[in-house]
Parts: sequence; C-alpha cells; structure tokens
Amino acid sequence: MIGTMTREVEQAFKAAIPIFIGYVPAAVAFGILSKGCGITLLQCFLFSAVVFAGASQFIALNLLMTGMGGGGVILTTLLVNFRHFLMSASLSTRVSRMSRKAHVLMAFGVTDEVFSVLSFRKGTLTKRFVFLLELSAYSAWVSGTVAGYILGGFLPDILTKSMGVALYALLLAILVPELRNSIKAVVLAVASGLLNSFLIKLNILPDGWTIIVCILVVALAGTFFMVDDDVREEVYG
Amino acid sequence: MDNVIPIILGMAAVTYIPRLLPFLMLTNKEIPKRVDIFLKCIPVAAIGALIVPGVFNATPDMPVAGIAGILFALLFGLWKGGIIIPVIGAVVVTYSVLFFGA
Repeated sequence: MIGTMTREVEQAFKAAIPIFIGYVPAAVAFGILSKGCGITLLQCFLFSAVVFAGASQFIALNLLMTGMGGGGVILTTLLVNFRHFLMSASLSTRVSRMSRKAHVLMAFGVTDEVFSVLSFRKGTLTKRFVFLLELSAYSAWVSGTVAGYILGGFLPDILTKSMGVALYALLLAILVPELRNSIKAVVLAVASGLLNSFLIKLNILPDGWTIIVCILVVALAGTFFMVDDDVREEVYG
Repeated sequence: MDNVIPIILGMAAVTYIPRLLPFLMLTNKEIPKRVDIFLKCIPVAAIGALIVPGVFNATPDMPVAGIAGILFALLFGLWKGGIIIPVIGAVVVTYSVLFFGA
C-alpha cells in the first residue's frame, strides 16, 4: 500500500514538472502586466488565486484597460473558459469513486494542461494524484504571478520567450503515445488543429469558441468512426 | 483600479461553475455508450486545437525558434516517449535558436 502511495506521489510530481516550467513564465508575465495596468498586488494575487485560468486573465486585463465594464469582462471570461465544461465532462467519467466534496474541490483545478495530463494517465484517476497535480500547477501559477508583480522581469527575456514553448511541448508529448497507438487519434487531432486554424482565420467566433466548436465537431465525428472498433472489441473481447 | 475585486470574483464564478457542473451531473452515473465514446474523444480533439495553430506562433519574434523546439519534442517523443525530456529539450532548442539566431 505504501509502495503504491509513494509511487503515485512521485508520478504526480513528475507530471507536474512540465506544467511548472510552462506556468511560471506565463504567470510572471501576468504579474508584470497587471502592475503596468495599475492593479494592486492584492487584486493581482486574487486574479490568479481565484480565477486560475491563464488566457482569460490576460484578456480581462486588456479589456479593463480599454475601459470595458465589469459585465462585459465577466461575460467574455465565461465564453473564453467555457471549454473547461467539456473537459470536466470528459474527466468526470474517469475519476474514482470519491466524496462530492472532493469533486467540488477538484473541479476548481481543471485547466487545459491539468486536463491534458489527467486525460492520458492510464487507469482510474485517484484523489491523491489529481490533487497533487492540481496543487502543483496552482502553486506555480499563483507564486509566479506574485513574483512577477513584485520582482518584475527577473527572468532573462530570452529564457521567458523560450519557456513559452513548454506548454505546447507538454501537450504534444502527452499526445504522441496516443498517436503511435491509433491512426484514428492522429486523424482526430490533425482534423481538430486544421479546423481550429480555419475558424481562427474566419474570425467570426469569440475568443475561446473556436476550440469549443473543434471539440464538439471532432469528438462527435469521432463517435461515428470509433464505434466500429468498440463493437469489435466487445465481440472479440 | 478601484472596483476590480467584484469583477475578479465574477470572473471566478463563471470560470468555476462550468468546471464544476459536469462533475455534479455525470460522476457515478450510467452513461450511454455513444455519449461515453464522445467524452473519450474529447481529449484528442481538445489537444489538437490547443496546439494548432498556436504553436506556429509560440515565439512571435522568431517563429522558427518555437517550431524547432516543438519539432524536437515531437521527434524525441516518437523515438523515446516521456514528457520531461521532450519539454525541457524543446525549451533548450528554442533558447539556442533564439540565442544564436538573433
């Protein structure tokens, strides 16, 4: 029992390292930017501590600067972050049996990167693994934000820029084993990327909604051509 | 700025509620097979769209640097797998290209 426990703790921290590398420079940038916008340290901290959703926080700062009112900022945030609804839906079927309280806490930490790591972890997701991963991601985000606000650009510019690829590299590294195993996964992932590029070019959907449309369309398409295999699995065991 | 805190709290609510609802609605319920397959397709679809096209502009001053880093992550991932080395390697490759290319 103790063996499984320490292994899980180790795996959670290992899984958190790439998220940490990706979140810190982004969070520092957010801290610096909010200071430049005339936000107080407390407000800046609260942004990261209670919203905990990267892209939407940057967008909110920009909108506040243009003088948009609270209602507009909150509505935009809802639209930008609504993709997490689909991500939570996908995760919720995979978590082990646990108390409602645990679900209520766990839901707070569903970011793009946490979701991606959890999605491709084999087996049922245990409370310990999920919470350790979320807590690591959360500490990176909140502490990076505060450090950025107080210390300013303490990371060399070129390093910050290079660390910007970390989150993409993380998502790709998570996806690769899946791509090796299944040609369908390749087709779905590539289709989703192409569709997203196309929708962004079209420029008719609000921020965040191109991804939602991609998830809905591609996952729905997936249900049609995944079905054959599943049936076969059932027939042949 | 004065009245930012109520806005932040509003943002927190509209971010958290969509993250929470599926856990309350779906967990420990019987889910029809079709819906289950749909939910299982979401990760691949989501990650595809999260990577493309953003990745081509990860280092806006010099896109080729970010692309070189990502290529490393892809090739190393295909060759040996793992997460940490592809990610750190991608950062190192991007750093080198930015450093020597500038």
